[in-house]
Amino acid sequence: MSELTLLLIRLAFLAVLWFFVIAAVGVIRTDLFGTRTAAAPARKAAKPAKIAAKPKKGEPRQMVVTGGPLQGTTIDLTETPITIGRANDATLVLSDDYASSRHARLFPQDGQWIVEDLGSTNGTYLDRSKVTRPMPVPLGVPIRIGKTVIELRK
Amino acid sequence: MTAVDGAQVTLPAKRRGAQLAMLAFAVAIVMLAYANVGLAIDDQIPAGMLTYGLGLGGLMLAAYLVLAKFAPWADPLILPLVTLVNGIGLVMIYRLEAGGMPRASASTQLFWTGAGIVMFTVTLIVLRDHRALQRMTYTAGFLGLAFLIAPLLPFIGEEINGAAIWIDLGFTTLQPAEFVKIALVIFFAGYLVAKRDVLALAGRRLLFIDLPRARDLGPVLITWGVSLGVLILQKDLGTSLLIFGAFIAMLYIATQRTSWVLIGILLFIGGAVLAGLLFGHVRDRFEVFLDPGNQELFEKVGGSEQLMQGLFALGSGGILGTGLGQGHPDEIPLAFSDFIFTAAGEELGLTGLMALLMIYALLVERGLRTAIAARDPFSKLLAGGLSFILAWQVFIIVGGVTNLIPLTGLVTPFMSQGGSALLANWILIALLVRMSDAARKPPPQAIQDEGMTQVFQR
Repeated sequence: MSELTLLLIRLAFLAVLWFFVIAAVGVIRTDLFGTRTAAAPARKAAKPAKIAAKPKKGEPRQMVVTGGPLQGTTIDLTETPITIGRANDATLVLSDDYASSRHARLFPQDGQWIVEDLGSTNGTYLDRSKVTRPMPVPLGVPIRIGKTVIELRK
Repeated sequence: MTAVDGAQVTLPAKRRGAQLAMLAFAVAIVMLAYANVGLAIDDQIPAGMLTYGLGLGGLMLAAYLVLAKFAPWADPLILPLVTLVNGIGLVMIYRLEAGGMPRASASTQLFWTGAGIVMFTVTLIVLRDHRALQRMTYTAGFLGLAFLIAPLLPFIGEEINGAAIWIDLGFTTLQPAEFVKIALVIFFAGYLVAKRDVLALAGRRLLFIDLPRARDLGPVLITWGVSLGVLILQKDLGTSLLIFGAFIAMLYIATQRTSWVLIGILLFIGGAVLAGLLFGHVRDRFEVFLDPGNQELFEKVGGSEQLMQGLFALGSGGILGTGLGQGHPDEIPLAFSDFIFTAAGEELGLTGLMALLMIYALLVERGLRTAIAARDPFSKLLAGGLSFILAWQVFIIVGGVTNLIPLTGLVTPFMSQGGSALLANWILIALLVRMSDAARKPPPQAIQDEGMTQVFQR
């Protein structure tokens, strides 16, 4: 085998190795810039959903935990209600002495997300006010449950 | 798989296609590397290439299918990244065997890779919900300690190369320390979930550091004692550092208090200095670390020869390396185990080593990402702890062979030849995959047209 061929194979191998790394970063690009693949089915789903008057521009897509021990957790919002509490089957499981096992619930209604307190001991707060009846949650307004702070984002 | 009728719900992507493509890519790179080794050593594509390549490819396909069935939402990158590292390890061992290094055996390593994948799939199939591990907190802690002590027991314990870390099972020998780290991380995670509040909140503030109460120091001191015991009785510096580091890191993840890290570092430095003063084998490592080029140390048995040969290899590799099969990694004693990284460094050069380190970094990033996305505190701690020990292990061994820190005997995860390490690391990956599946899975879908009963699936 000639020197030149081996040199070319060597360089090609290193290039391929780095290409693998770059491809791997490409796969997780969505972590940084949001899911492009999630947007595509949304467009497809737009027609049947129009009847339900669902996707509007200003609608929240994600629930983000901005404070407390679970800080950084995000949950994608679908049609499903989200339960929050210490119970193991809650969507967001808190380990907070100030939270009840079934503390609060977030559910979509007419294109809005509604927060409802499920009879918790220490209460749920939307911004500064205590949630006593189901209230609509605007984008970016903090919901406080014990030490945990949650907000809805696009 | 769980496509809700009419697809009204936008689900986050599973990225299974991307995963399969990356997996095929990884196997292709490994086969290219085999071909390269054969072409360089004896001018032809090696006869074993198809066997090894297809063997690896088949194993990975099996792992992929099990993953697709039992953890469909799992992170798409973890398996391909591990495949590539494991495959490059196989190629390096094959190359060392072809270069005439005694005790290097690629077929044994391929066998253990297969066994590792069996462990991976078994873990995924048996463990449907990783939170079951939380109930086994103290069982895991007990098992970990038992495994740690096992090599010291008469009859089953065995001392090889001056470290008493082996147990003899009759047909094969195992390094229980590899499994200890997983058991102990599970124990730390379960324990810290229960105790984090008292460790995080109680205490008083001194200057700008929150000091914990004296009585809360117990667990830290116990772990410190255990890892010092490992250091003294088993002469195993690597495992001792690994256990203590993992505990401190997880304590920090659980409490977010810098004071624990400071206390940990101080305890560690104290222990290391003490051990260096009292025990010969620790002092020897320090002397080698401080002056590896010393002629006397170089010629001494168990001196700095291995380290220096590793550094020479890295030096002769340079930026682009000598090319696979064209270096002299057989100069490094035991290049197939602890020093496989320098052997790879000689033939792939700095460029290749950086790519390898990037792959490890991405793997760890996926693990930590899983920890961030996890929805309950136990998974957060477990995923964080497991990713941390992977990173910590790579740091300790790569730092050791490049003389950044004193050399401690640890294997390079997935690359070094050794069955126990491969088995344990594949189990670790299975746990990470299981948790990333749980973290990325969308919450259970509500049934829209409710009948008489509602069925909930987990």
